[in-house]
Amino acid sequence: MDDVAVGTLIASTLRVSTPLILCALAACLSERSGVIDLGLEGKMLLTAFAAGAAAAVIGSLPLAMALAVVVGVALSMLHGYACVSHRGDQVVMGMAITMTAAGLTVVLGIAWFHQGGQTPALPDAVRLAPWFTASADFLRDAPTGLRALATGLLGHNGMVYVALLLVPAVWWLLARTRFGLRLRAAGENPAMVDAAGVSVQALRYGALALNGVLCALAGCYLVLAQNPSFIPHMTAGRGYMALAAMIFGKWQPLGALLACLLFGFLDAAAIRLQGAPLPLIGAVPVQAIQALPYVLTVVLLAGFIGRARAPKALGVPYAKTH
Amino acid sequence: MSSGHELPRWLDLGVLPLFNLALALLVCGIVVLVIGLDPGQVLSLLAKGAFGSRMGISYTLYYATTFVFTGLAVAVAFHGGLFNIGGEGQAMLGGIGTALVALALADHWPAWLVLPLMTLAAAAFGLAWAAVPAALQAWRGSHVVITTIMFNFIASALLSWLLINVLKEPGNMTVESRSFGPGAHVPAVHEVLGALGIEWPRSPLNLSVLLAAASAALVYLLVWRTRPGYMLRAVGFAPEAARYAGIGPRAQVMFSMMLSGAFAGLVGINEVAGVHGRLLLDYVVGAGFAGIAVSLIGRNHPVGIVLASLLFGALYQGGAELAFEIPGFSRDMVFTLQGLIVLFSGAMAQVAAPTLARAWFAIERRLAPRPAHG
Repeated sequence: MDDVAVGTLIASTLRVSTPLILCALAACLSERSGVIDLGLEGKMLLTAFAAGAAAAVIGSLPLAMALAVVVGVALSMLHGYACVSHRGDQVVMGMAITMTAAGLTVVLGIAWFHQGGQTPALPDAVRLAPWFTASADFLRDAPTGLRALATGLLGHNGMVYVALLLVPAVWWLLARTRFGLRLRAAGENPAMVDAAGVSVQALRYGALALNGVLCALAGCYLVLAQNPSFIPHMTAGRGYMALAAMIFGKWQPLGALLACLLFGFLDAAAIRLQGAPLPLIGAVPVQAIQALPYVLTVVLLAGFIGRARAPKALGVPYAKTH
Repeated sequence: MSSGHELPRWLDLGVLPLFNLALALLVCGIVVLVIGLDPGQVLSLLAKGAFGSRMGISYTLYYATTFVFTGLAVAVAFHGGLFNIGGEGQAMLGGIGTALVALALADHWPAWLVLPLMTLAAAAFGLAWAAVPAALQAWRGSHVVITTIMFNFIASALLSWLLINVLKEPGNMTVESRSFGPGAHVPAVHEVLGALGIEWPRSPLNLSVLLAAASAALVYLLVWRTRPGYMLRAVGFAPEAARYAGIGPRAQVMFSMMLSGAFAGLVGINEVAGVHGRLLLDYVVGAGFAGIAVSLIGRNHPVGIVLASLLFGALYQGGAELAFEIPGFSRDMVFTLQGLIVLFSGAMAQVAAPTLARAWFAIERRLAPRPAHG
């Protein structure tokens, strides 16, 4: 494989992984505070639709992203209202958000744009622009290894770099700030947090708000960078794959990043590997590679690749006992 | 005075689901208004499409059949204390099982032999697909919700691989298997009625509807009238107390999930055998998730599930008719309503309960006769 191929593979991996990374970080924040989030898919879809529709109608990139963030946070707040304030079932609420968003985006898309659920294709001015293109061009004549890295790492749109930077940011938030410590405590032992006089509800709502923002960024990326517009059901299960990646990363931001890169790599390489015989295994069907992220997550959950320990109070609504 | 904040049973089982359904319909009505349609017109056209003709009723019942199977699957697991979101994948495997038996036997063996075998295969494959997540939960503690979601995707990949690499007819462009032989033909209702001399329009409604009704009755008897069902409910309701009483939790987890998967697998009989007569990629499409909605609003009881399945069948059929009649309407409105029903009957099911209880006790106080003085 020559360096151009390696470079494009790295580039594809990063591009495919970006929405996964953002959603996995969102899930990480929510689940570390104790709230199961199965609504990632729905939040990504609805925020993508909001961004695509707003960009098409208003024509402004910042406003489109702002609207997407508002929608994302609203959905997370709804999740919080049902599950944190009223102790509803978190799994069911996540499914409800996903199912409703999947239907609503198509209904509104058809009604407002009459293109079978798609939003109009967006002009470049409203889309996320690539960064570091000058450096990419400059390094085109560089020696082999550097050229591969340059092709792979430079010239992506801003959201890719933002996603990568958010990983240490979220890690730092969780591990090195007081808010993060309390958030993690709310997910492990909410009674103790309550006894210390800190509001468990407020912490969980805070985590959900950040969750909404990150999902909105993922939705923005899909519509404003990766695809020309919003297409019905464009997330195609990526929300669940992000959840799987977060679990595979053992609820840690860095682990989630590595898992997302792995899953992204599998997705990017799937087409390339199709039909090509691997050593010892022979030709691997593309469906096996598509299923591999999910199989790996199941294997991890079964405890065969080390222990995956969920936050102790995950999924248990906290009720103050007077 | 009022006995605390417990809702009377008839309010809890009868009024609360209807109240939650009304909320979901209200929000959906707002969406209908937002997209510029008239909710009253939409509702009346929907009812007409679903029940206004014999063809409409047949389609409604055909959709309801699938939903009864997936709804029962969710309910049975729920009574065991587990949330089975894997109905999609288990239904896919059920279809695969049906198809494999049909492709192997239906060319040479008669229907009375092949059809029961196909039914058993559908249930067995669905059962097996649910058994793996169940075993992982029981023995390794892996959360069954996550594993069943993963298994849905794995099932989809498996079905895709099977169709493209193994079962596809060479030279055929469409991704489907060859048609099943005559032994795999599930009699359609219009054929049966025609044989009895009753004229009935052609529709996909087939005898699986009887299988669905029988399954609902079976679930009722099994869960509420037998000892295994009692043990199942005990483990679902109070796992520690059940363990103290000697009921092994692992066995119950396996039992509830396998039974659940078996019912979900029966979707294969209705869709793959009853309607299409060959294996395709997209015969499940959302039936598993509709089953979750059906079970939630049916309060996990077979009677509620049958009623809710009829409701959803009517929504799907009415929605298809509406998509023809009204240019801006698409079936995704039905999926939105489905999601809203899961929202209000599932996640926010108990949000309305205290308000309803307070209203009920206020009414009760007003209606109660005044105590005699002196």
